[in-house]
Amino acid sequence: MPGSLHIITLVKWVPDAQLERQIGEDRRLIRSEGILGELDEHPLEAALQIKEQYDAEVRVSALTMGPPGASAAVKKALQIGADDGFHLTDEALQAADIWTTAAALSAAISYVRSTASADEFLVLTGMASEDGETAAVPAQVAARLGVPALTQATDVALKDSQLVVDRISGNRFQKVSAPLPAVVAVTDQANEPRYPNFRAIMKAKKKSTTTFSLAELGLTRYAVESKVSLLAAEPRPERQAGEIIHDDGAAGQKTVEFLSKEGLL
Amino acid sequence: MTQVLVFFDRVDAHLTPAQAELLTHADALGEAVVVAGSLPAQGAAPLAVKGVTGVLTGDGPIYAPNPALGELLAAAAGELHPDLIIGPDTPDTVDVLSQAAVALNAGLITGATGVTGSGAATKSVLAGSWRTTAQISEDGPLLATLRPNTASQQAVPGPEPEVVELEVKASSAVQILEESALPDSGRPSLTEASTVVAFGRGVDGDLSLVEQLADELGAAIGASRVATDAGWIDHSAQVGQTGVTVSPPLYISVGISGAVHQKAGMQTSGTIVAINKDEDASVFEIADFGVVGDLNDVLPQMIAELRRRKD
Repeated sequence: MPGSLHIITLVKWVPDAQLERQIGEDRRLIRSEGILGELDEHPLEAALQIKEQYDAEVRVSALTMGPPGASAAVKKALQIGADDGFHLTDEALQAADIWTTAAALSAAISYVRSTASADEFLVLTGMASEDGETAAVPAQVAARLGVPALTQATDVALKDSQLVVDRISGNRFQKVSAPLPAVVAVTDQANEPRYPNFRAIMKAKKKSTTTFSLAELGLTRYAVESKVSLLAAEPRPERQAGEIIHDDGAAGQKTVEFLSKEGLL
Repeated sequence: MTQVLVFFDRVDAHLTPAQAELLTHADALGEAVVVAGSLPAQGAAPLAVKGVTGVLTGDGPIYAPNPALGELLAAAAGELHPDLIIGPDTPDTVDVLSQAAVALNAGLITGATGVTGSGAATKSVLAGSWRTTAQISEDGPLLATLRPNTASQQAVPGPEPEVVELEVKASSAVQILEESALPDSGRPSLTEASTVVAFGRGVDGDLSLVEQLADELGAAIGASRVATDAGWIDHSAQVGQTGVTVSPPLYISVGISGAVHQKAGMQTSGTIVAINKDEDASVFEIADFGVVGDLNDVLPQMIAELRRRKD
């Protein structure tokens, strides 16, 4: 029988992509409201499926980094089924770039692990955050932890501490294996996330969330200083509606004529 | 002279359009050395491109997602102290540059639309609704992945570069158990194509006209989430918030209403042409040229006109 397992899922509180998103005067994304990133529901679901099927004790923790409001993302993760929540929040992490985010999260993962005495661990993430969209944090966290990164995963299976992951590598399909520990980033094709029912929502109220800052990780603000800073941010000019024609039997020809005139053929 | 490292996880017999584009970016920036996870049987011949002065590989081929690719790139940077390390904006390359950036203690920007030798990069963020310029805050290389369709020049042939092997071997921790090519449509890749024909609910499962139009235009085929969820085409063709973001010079939207999450995947395209029978479809708000009409009438007219012009 394999040893006990601690799955840490990284979740992010992001502005709702269905609404208009803005960058403020301070060149930072306005985060007055947010939701648990849709893409982060997939690693949670993957974690819960492993927990239901694995031959050993599994604990699923949800970890987020963000402003005080980000606790809402942890709360949602607990409702979906995570066992406990962790929220790293610190003024020094505002406007964090990829480097800062990965430095803080990898230290936070070690902190979260120290709260349990599991034999093995696995970090699950979504394929990208829906605001930063860099898709670079999983591999950076893996590099800092010194473990393999398996991204673009469309299926995750775990047997006897050995991961088997289906993934897309460019124009190839791959089935790859790696021993624990590892970081796996799952796509939105990996599974169909469950919705929290009333019972799960009630149960989540009793689950614990630990809020902590960089000081508790032994990090100063200088240790997580961004390598990249934003010099300018401007909204893309709104696209204007162009010529609209109604099909009179020759709209196809007129469309081709337009393409030709624009030099697009 | 700006020293640029260009990373390709694998080089096959022919460069992909994105790889060729990266080399023209590199040539415009300075002197380029290619770091490749693997080379084809004919060695560095496909990399005989103006501006490429050398090629570095590992000790034997290393394939993604092996973590040694990150070590290889970091080792190459350790030898050459580049100003810039760039690669195509594909998931495997993002991973490798991410890992190398940790080893090099350096800044990383993904999905850039342009970079400068002094470590600045431009990119489109928030699904193309904002444009930003970022700069590395200290000395040391900038690592950046570059989006396709961002270079205007074609790669120019040059002498075949010399290959030097670095002492980095594939790690045994990650094993590729199986590998197979995804079905090849014979069309250009969605993110790299200069023309994309995308379809939605309006085609009602019949792709024949869309395919004919795409083939007349040499275009890639994309789809809305409704169309991929209905199983009319593989999920990998989905353009939008949770799918692929495309920015081709020409995007033709067929029978797609243009919901917010769909627009997010295509609104930075050069020219947008929309065909929809509903004149209130929101896609018309952002189309440079719109046709209100039944796609089953309009597409055959377009196909016939394109064929007539070729004859």
